[in-house]
Amino acid sequence: MASKVGVLLGTKKGLFIAESDSSRKDWDLRGPFCEAWPVNHAAYDPASGAIFAAGLNAWFGPAVWKSTDLGETWTHSSEGLTYGEGADPLTAVWLIRPAGDLVYAGVEPAGLLASRDAGDTWEHLEGLRDHPTRPHWQPGGGGLMVHTMEVDPRDPKHLYIAISVAGVFESRDGGAIWAPRNDGIEFDFPTEVKEIANCAHHFEMDSEDPTVLFQQSHSGMFISRDGGANWAGVQNGLPSTFGFPAVAHPHRGGSFYIAPLNGDQVGRYMPDAAAAVYRTDDYGANWRALRNGLPQSGAYFGVLRQAMAADNLEPAGIYLGTSTGHLFASADEGETWTEPFNFLPTISSVEAFSTDV
Amino acid sequence: MATVLLPDSLARLFPGAPRKLDVDGENVFQIVEGLNSQWPGMRDRLLDGRPAIRRHIVIFVNNERATLDTGLSPADEVYIMPAMSGG
Repeated sequence: MASKVGVLLGTKKGLFIAESDSSRKDWDLRGPFCEAWPVNHAAYDPASGAIFAAGLNAWFGPAVWKSTDLGETWTHSSEGLTYGEGADPLTAVWLIRPAGDLVYAGVEPAGLLASRDAGDTWEHLEGLRDHPTRPHWQPGGGGLMVHTMEVDPRDPKHLYIAISVAGVFESRDGGAIWAPRNDGIEFDFPTEVKEIANCAHHFEMDSEDPTVLFQQSHSGMFISRDGGANWAGVQNGLPSTFGFPAVAHPHRGGSFYIAPLNGDQVGRYMPDAAAAVYRTDDYGANWRALRNGLPQSGAYFGVLRQAMAADNLEPAGIYLGTSTGHLFASADEGETWTEPFNFLPTISSVEAFSTDV
Repeated sequence: MATVLLPDSLARLFPGAPRKLDVDGENVFQIVEGLNSQWPGMRDRLLDGRPAIRRHIVIFVNNERATLDTGLSPADEVYIMPAMSGG
């Protein structure tokens, strides 16, 4: 059965959906959806076929938009997107993560909510709010938020999240109790609480072994091969230790993609203004630059933490969205790239999905 | 009862919501609750969780800036506006 591939592009001016067939050669674009609200992140739920989009309107606040017909029609809800009366208001949703019967929302100020009715209503999982290290959490450049989440495919109550700036946390009970998991992260900023000394930018779980996590941190690329208990730097041969996204190959264990930028104090664009995605196939021991088809001069763009993704086809497709509104796509695991769209608004997030047709 | 004027950008989010309508309420907060009972979710677009009027929303009663506690008389006009901002 042939597959239709969709790429959800969360942008500063709405959600767009790029679509192709399994060849991923020719692309069509629909949008902007969600009333052109800025969309921080969007996700496709393979269980229900729904698309969820985390919208943030400057006037009307945050809402989670939902489409059950691949973007033809949309509803929105904020019911339960709150820390309660009298508390500091919830200002933004930065992450949508469908997982089994639940849909999770990572929010700002940093917290995690869940929906048990496919995004119609939300409830606060209070474990992070009550965490003893919370008074020491510091907002990063984008704010203090939960922006990354992974769910153990063996156990839906085994969760990992990342907070800027408090690092990676693990819960084994569905989000009631959380433990920091940042040992081994090299972090050169002064901090009072070493166990949360990590400006985690993004992490993903290995596609074959859920005890392997790969992280792009503010301070480098790190891998854990013991479920987050210990991390080790894996940045030899890279042009920079700084970047935002980290993407696991969808089928091959030990294979990850990153998009290094030139550094946190010198512009945050592609090193030498020549664009490249880097891939490891051996858990970070070696890296190879993938730049065939990417611009090799004048690439003064950044790539945000949620703006790179893989589809689940064979060979895997890799997608890179830029701060300058370019979408780059590879249908051969990053070996060669095309540029399907190049005049979009700033791309905040990229997620790929496929459906049988 | 007050006459309430909604901005187009808000009404568009709630199919069927008119730009001008009469709503029961003795103060602005009750007007917002009345709007929400007719179009579930409209409260969240106007108020944050505290609850307070969102930072970039302004509500006028008879051309004077109002708070959630501002009282209303039957002939009053409540004008809900998004701030002029963006880019």
